[in-house]
Amino acid sequence: MDDLIAEFLTETNESLGALDVDLVNLEQNPNDKDLLSNIFRLMHTIKGTCGFLGLPRLEKVAHHAENIMGRFRDGDLEVIPDYVTLIFESLDRIKDIIAELEETGQEPEGDDSELIEKLDEVYEGRDVHQTGGGANGATPPPQDSAPAEEQSAPANDQAEEDEGESQDSDELQALFDSIEALPPDQIQDLKMPHEMSEEERAAKRAEALAAELAAKEQATAAPQETPKEAPAAKKEEPKKEEPAKAAAQNNAPPAGDKPAVAQSLRVNVDVLENLMTMVSELVLTRNQLLQILRTQKESEFSAPLQRLNHVVSDLQEGVMKTRMQPIGNAWSKLPRIIRDLSIELGKKINLEMLGAETELDRQVLDMIKDPLTHMVRNSADHGIEMPDERAAAGKPETGTVILNAYHEGGHIIIEIKDDGKGLNTDLIKEKVLANGLASQEELDNMSTQQIQQFIFNAGLSTAEKVTAVSGRGVGMDVVRTNIEKIGGSIELRSIEGKGSTFAIKIPLTLAIVSALIVEAGGERFAIPQLAVKELVLINKKSEIQIEDIKGVPFFRLREQLLPLVSLTDLLNIESQKIDLPRAEPPSVIEVPVTEESAVEDVPTEDSMEEDGAPEDEQLHTYTLEEAEEESDYIVVTQIGAYLFGIIVDRVFDTEEIVVKPVSKILKDIEMFSGNTILGDGSVIMILDPAGIAKATGKAEGAETSDSVEEKSAYTGDDRTSLLLFKAGDGAPKAVPLSLVARLEEIDLASVEYASGQHMVQYRGKLMPLVTMEGSPPLGSEGEQPVLVFTEHEKSMGLAVDEIVDITEAIIDVQVAGKGNGMIGSAIIEEKATDVVDIGTILKSNDQNWFKNHDDTPYGQDAMNGKKILLIDDSPFFRNMLSPLLKMAGYNVTVLDNAMHALKMREKGESFDLIISDIEMPEMDGFEFAQQVRSEESEWKNLPLVALTSHDTPEDMERGNVVGFNKYVAKFDRDQLLNTLSQTLSEGGAA
Amino acid sequence: MSQTATVDTYDEDMQAYGASKEFLTITIADQLFGIPVLQVQDVLGEQKVTQVPLSPAAVSGSLNLRGRIVTAINVRRCLGLSEREGTHKEMSVVVEQGGELYSLIIDEVGDVLNLKDKDYESNPATLDPHWKIVSMGIYKMEGKIMVVLDVPKLIETIHA
Repeated sequence: MDDLIAEFLTETNESLGALDVDLVNLEQNPNDKDLLSNIFRLMHTIKGTCGFLGLPRLEKVAHHAENIMGRFRDGDLEVIPDYVTLIFESLDRIKDIIAELEETGQEPEGDDSELIEKLDEVYEGRDVHQTGGGANGATPPPQDSAPAEEQSAPANDQAEEDEGESQDSDELQALFDSIEALPPDQIQDLKMPHEMSEEERAAKRAEALAAELAAKEQATAAPQETPKEAPAAKKEEPKKEEPAKAAAQNNAPPAGDKPAVAQSLRVNVDVLENLMTMVSELVLTRNQLLQILRTQKESEFSAPLQRLNHVVSDLQEGVMKTRMQPIGNAWSKLPRIIRDLSIELGKKINLEMLGAETELDRQVLDMIKDPLTHMVRNSADHGIEMPDERAAAGKPETGTVILNAYHEGGHIIIEIKDDGKGLNTDLIKEKVLANGLASQEELDNMSTQQIQQFIFNAGLSTAEKVTAVSGRGVGMDVVRTNIEKIGGSIELRSIEGKGSTFAIKIPLTLAIVSALIVEAGGERFAIPQLAVKELVLINKKSEIQIEDIKGVPFFRLREQLLPLVSLTDLLNIESQKIDLPRAEPPSVIEVPVTEESAVEDVPTEDSMEEDGAPEDEQLHTYTLEEAEEESDYIVVTQIGAYLFGIIVDRVFDTEEIVVKPVSKILKDIEMFSGNTILGDGSVIMILDPAGIAKATGKAEGAETSDSVEEKSAYTGDDRTSLLLFKAGDGAPKAVPLSLVARLEEIDLASVEYASGQHMVQYRGKLMPLVTMEGSPPLGSEGEQPVLVFTEHEKSMGLAVDEIVDITEAIIDVQVAGKGNGMIGSAIIEEKATDVVDIGTILKSNDQNWFKNHDDTPYGQDAMNGKKILLIDDSPFFRNMLSPLLKMAGYNVTVLDNAMHALKMREKGESFDLIISDIEMPEMDGFEFAQQVRSEESEWKNLPLVALTSHDTPEDMERGNVVGFNKYVAKFDRDQLLNTLSQTLSEGGAA
Repeated sequence: MSQTATVDTYDEDMQAYGASKEFLTITIADQLFGIPVLQVQDVLGEQKVTQVPLSPAAVSGSLNLRGRIVTAINVRRCLGLSEREGTHKEMSVVVEQGGELYSLIIDEVGDVLNLKDKDYESNPATLDPHWKIVSMGIYKMEGKIMVVLDVPKLIETIHA
């Protein structure tokens, strides 16, 4: 009996979950017959089983709830939220009882009479909605519901009795579903002759019910005719065939194609885990066998081993599959939650769930269930506005929360999107200040997106009042912690007034991860591929070497200074790489890395190539690479937004590894997140990049993700990556790094002199070499550092004395240049530095530098004299862009503040186009655009081009929303000019 | 690679009877130790052990035992003994503790002995403090004394 109850409990819990979902659906589609009969069936099964198992309390509640559903199904009771709530209440009661039953094995004592009374009220038509007079036209008045009930009640009772006899409700239901297969003329009196078989009897009765149902449906469909409705229905008797058929079509599929019930079997998870371990071991053994086979030229084992190989692979895959579950399982509660919330809060919310069939590991599923629920609640509670607010904002009254899951790479992405009010940045700012998380000054320097990230901090809730639902200030930080715990990440995009989108990226499975196998100090380690961004090989020949500041290593990765940490030092292991005798010296140079690594111009000699999927992850043949010695690898790793490099001795391959938890006595070592057994049977430790990041001094959590924003801010208006060099007189010079195409060392012996200038053959072309004013003439031998600038097909080299450094600095031109190729002088790295106006220098050496591009539209006469307003708070960019625009033939007005621009508008100035920076003090570009686009603005039809270094999709989206026509990256001169001419010609045509 | 010693579970009646207990004897630095036979999962010969950096000194690494990861523990270090000199064949006894496997690296594995309760005595007061923690008492045997190793304690001390 205990077993039976246990079985019943699991089954009922599942059914109840399904009921929750179905009922919400039903509320939205009250006429869905399939759904109705499905719900009825589920409830009925619960009731039936309870009766069988002797659980009277459960049975009673289920029975009375079923009664109402019976009326729903029969169509004589309208599905309205109040009734659904009532049913939910019963379901909750059932759940409570079941929970207790699960714990104690006993049905708890308790009184359900109140609930039952409520249920009966509805069933017997005594409740407010049914007796409340004909006010509600859609509700059938009691007069006609009563007779209808009289008709259906006995039928129901009889049906129930039958079930009582047969104890097999499913069978009956099948019959129920198949009724329409019988011709309608078989409808007979309800009194069945005893000699008829039970099946026939049931079928006939069901048939009669269907006919009745159809008739009643008609009756309820025309409630206005109510007083005479019942007779009318009777008169329609001869025509019943049609409605019956129609009802049949909706009601259930024909008996023949009843959906096949999926065969399933409950298996204890431990059994699966065990199976998994054994399969791993089997794979291992297979690999060893194959290894042996390889050493043998011809062996009679080869064919069977190949077969074994395939079977084992399939087996592994199969076992893996047993762990996978559709994400919809984690979502099943959400429709109910949203429904309850919307009623509680008086909002109209529509929940859309896409990609519910996307599968992921059970373990992961369990871990994201709560965060997901929390976030959906949040979206509904904080995100979606009240209907009147929505209407006032010009949005449909019903808000939408969209859940979307899909696979991407080895990950699953879950998006939670709402079209609510978005995040209120000002409110967040206030809270941040109140909580002392940042100073006003810091906030002022942050982008909106950065500020929004604060909601992931503990103790920060933007809900103005604490509701029962959310707003207690615990939540998003917990959500983020939980997601990061399983190696996932969460992103937030929100536009005030438009809604928010959270995107969660999580690994498909925790059990198996793709990892990069590296070696340090003679030991191998696995680094989860998820964290690996890029690999860099450094050897003697590399152009860029590892540098150190007081013993702390750094590496210049493109324009960024990458903090490095040596794995051998970190793990306190001695480097013994060179003379280490190893059984197998595996070493490969081509390493498959994540897609991000496919970056051009990686300043290393080693071009990292993306490898195709290894044909069999466990079976690699390693080749010894000669250039291996004396070289280091940097594994560029990203945690949240913190980028750092791990120096390792060797990099092998990527492998799919089965993550196993570390032993208790080792779990305090933060550097490791687990251990695994490799294909060759050896145990290796899995490095925890987060732990390493922590060990490098970078704290976990909030700060890490903020640092990305910092970085992006650095490349923004405030800070510019600069290349510092020396040329001519002693003062250091600076040029924006992004303008420099390459840095080269040119052998002066190869410099030639032609058409009045120095030339060098460079990449199959002649490249003129120019020098800074005041520089000594070029020597004739030795290496000459050269900055290469490229414009279209043309390159030009600027010979400099010395390349000093790359730095990020705020360019604050303090002394304006005197037109000698300098924008002016600024303090960079505490030294007075000349900021070079590269454009002028290049142009003075080649008159055609910015022109003569026949293929580009700019510089055309049509553009001449077009008036452009350029707004940028940074003098550097004003100084750089305005000559450029002038050269292209535009008439440029330059302003440093958007407020000034608005003043010009008031004065009645007019322009053909406005180029505006985004991040500016006082009034940023977005706000400015809104002003420009406002109704009474005289400039509302002017083309607006945003100029920014933040060309993230979110920014662009936001830009488009506020009214920018185009988005241009700051340093992309070509794009800027093209965009201008394009926008202007479009504007002219319009 | 792995040689499983003949460690059969003896008649449970014997255990219940309480007159005697069975121990797998092991030798560390010439001292005889005993591990209750039911705690022993496996006896292994020399294994390929992966070192675990930053681990406690008593942990000599991890190894793969038929698909399960086993933490290898150097019992000499736990007992505050010096490393064994010269090259010897390493032996280890695998025990399960809290759902995890540990391989206790010891010098030699001896026989399974059935020892009478009357020969048992609790820890002598003068026993080395290191040892006292991990000893459950001693058995007096002919010509020698066997220390009963408290495996859960032994593993616990490493964790600290």
